[in-house]
Amino acid sequence: MFISSQDSPAAFKDFTLVMPAVAVGNVGQLAVDLIVSTLNMSRVGYFHTDCLIPMAGNNPYASGKEDAEELHTPAEVYTAAELKLAVLQIRSPIIQMRSKKFRQQLKSWIKASGFSRTVVLSSSHAYQRDDQQLTSLRYLMTPSLLAASADALKELGWREMERIPAFPGVDADAEPRLCIPGGGITKGLYTDGCAEDLPLAVLLLFCSEGDNIPDAFALVNHLNDWLHLLDGQVSLELDFLPSLQASNQKQKFLFYSFLIERRTKQQVEDPNFLEFAVWQRHPSCTFLIEDTMVVKMSLNL
Amino acid sequence: MATFFGEVLSVYSRAVEEDEEELEENEEDEQIRRELEEKRTVHLHWNPEVSELLRAGNKVQCSSFILAVGHNAASFLSAYILASANWDTVGRAVAWNERSRSGTGPSGEGSACVFYRHKDEPAVLICHVTCHIAEDQLFQWTEKVFGYLQTRGLTVTVLSDSSVADYKTADYMCSSSTPFLRSLRSSAFSDQPVCPSLEQPNIITGLPAAVLNHCQVHSIAAVVYQCYSDVTGPDSITMDKYKPVLTKLGRSIQVDSSRSTDGLCNFVCISEIQSNLYI
Repeated sequence: MFISSQDSPAAFKDFTLVMPAVAVGNVGQLAVDLIVSTLNMSRVGYFHTDCLIPMAGNNPYASGKEDAEELHTPAEVYTAAELKLAVLQIRSPIIQMRSKKFRQQLKSWIKASGFSRTVVLSSSHAYQRDDQQLTSLRYLMTPSLLAASADALKELGWREMERIPAFPGVDADAEPRLCIPGGGITKGLYTDGCAEDLPLAVLLLFCSEGDNIPDAFALVNHLNDWLHLLDGQVSLELDFLPSLQASNQKQKFLFYSFLIERRTKQQVEDPNFLEFAVWQRHPSCTFLIEDTMVVKMSLNL
Repeated sequence: MATFFGEVLSVYSRAVEEDEEELEENEEDEQIRRELEEKRTVHLHWNPEVSELLRAGNKVQCSSFILAVGHNAASFLSAYILASANWDTVGRAVAWNERSRSGTGPSGEGSACVFYRHKDEPAVLICHVTCHIAEDQLFQWTEKVFGYLQTRGLTVTVLSDSSVADYKTADYMCSSSTPFLRSLRSSAFSDQPVCPSLEQPNIITGLPAAVLNHCQVHSIAAVVYQCYSDVTGPDSITMDKYKPVLTKLGRSIQVDSSRSTDGLCNFVCISEIQSNLYI
């Protein structure tokens, strides 16, 4: 259930809700982190549930020492009131056999809050695609949202997620059905949304496990093409800033905890190593090395 | 994943499969599942005095709740605080799961979540947790325990053992730096922790995380002191690392700081017999 962290209850009427599905590559969750940090959204409450594995950690969006020690929980809600946008971030996996209960809790909250539409950011295994699914982005929309967004979809030229046979080649007469392998609760949310007439959309990318940051950027840019949250494209450019008060500042990346590579102290402080490591991932980056090792991923809008 | 030596390792993958629970269950399956769920329910048993109080619709008065999760944390509290013999056992929590030792069934006597209350300061409660509480029981355990406590003015302190293998850092960690303490606190905790804060991208999981989440969401002052050690079993050097916490706890309860590190060895001997592989 939603518990507000402010003194006054949060108001979500007519807001757009963006939420991730815990899915392959954690792309939805990375994309939501990107949205929260880019739009500098503020936390308004917690989604306190028994369906997620408990975890706790310090502020992943910290910009400095002052806000570094803010505790964060597995599911939190952030808003950008000027954009009428609310975001639910989910940081840990759903406990086994509790997916249905979690979906029910989500649906109740969505209905009670009065969100005008819900967008689920998700992903699916790239290796389990049909021949017709060889391009990346797919969408799904419940009938109630489809009616309102038909023109926008036509302009964007997105492809709807295809229905594919359950056992290709084996049972040719079987009816094609919706399959989102590796997508977690995505399919469940969509079918529930259709059944209960919720205005819900799913935006997903086909991807594989690995460094999924570029996938997160791609997904956010697609979302932005539709919702127009930002003026420009979200891209990656490094700024090497002059050193701040804390001389021990190291790199901050938009990784989840298990993606941080262990480097020796020497490697971290060697500018050539850093340059090469980043260039490998983002060949189009240019950067200036100032006198220090304080690196900040800044999003150029 | 098979390795060169023929062993099979289960590789951790972030991939998320669609649920099996969507498949239709017949009545027998459903009954089995229900019975299993009931068996895994967390039960709290209080002594007669506390039970009477709770039956009357009151909550247990508590200004300081100290939770020790793990053998080293529990042994530390036993050595420095509980040894003064001013403590009563007031209750225990039973949470049966697949890792419970046989002989400690749902109503078993060998339960390892014990609650102690100070005789002279009844508002101070200590809980030792040395058994495994499964993922699906953590939330329930926390809600049930805190449901019985009066939470206004409550401060929660959690001591938790962890392996240094779970600690992620960009710097090389040499063996002389372990064991070490790190802290995490809820927004309502205004005091200064006795050690540095847990750095990104590290997180805590398990019972300490469940308790801290509950306190954060309900604006209860709470701090978790996580001790990262390279020794997996009970170890006196690891236990000793919690000593700075005594300065904070000593305000509300009497602590026996005269006890030396050697005294902690009494608590260490039990598990060493099992591991004779590398004698």
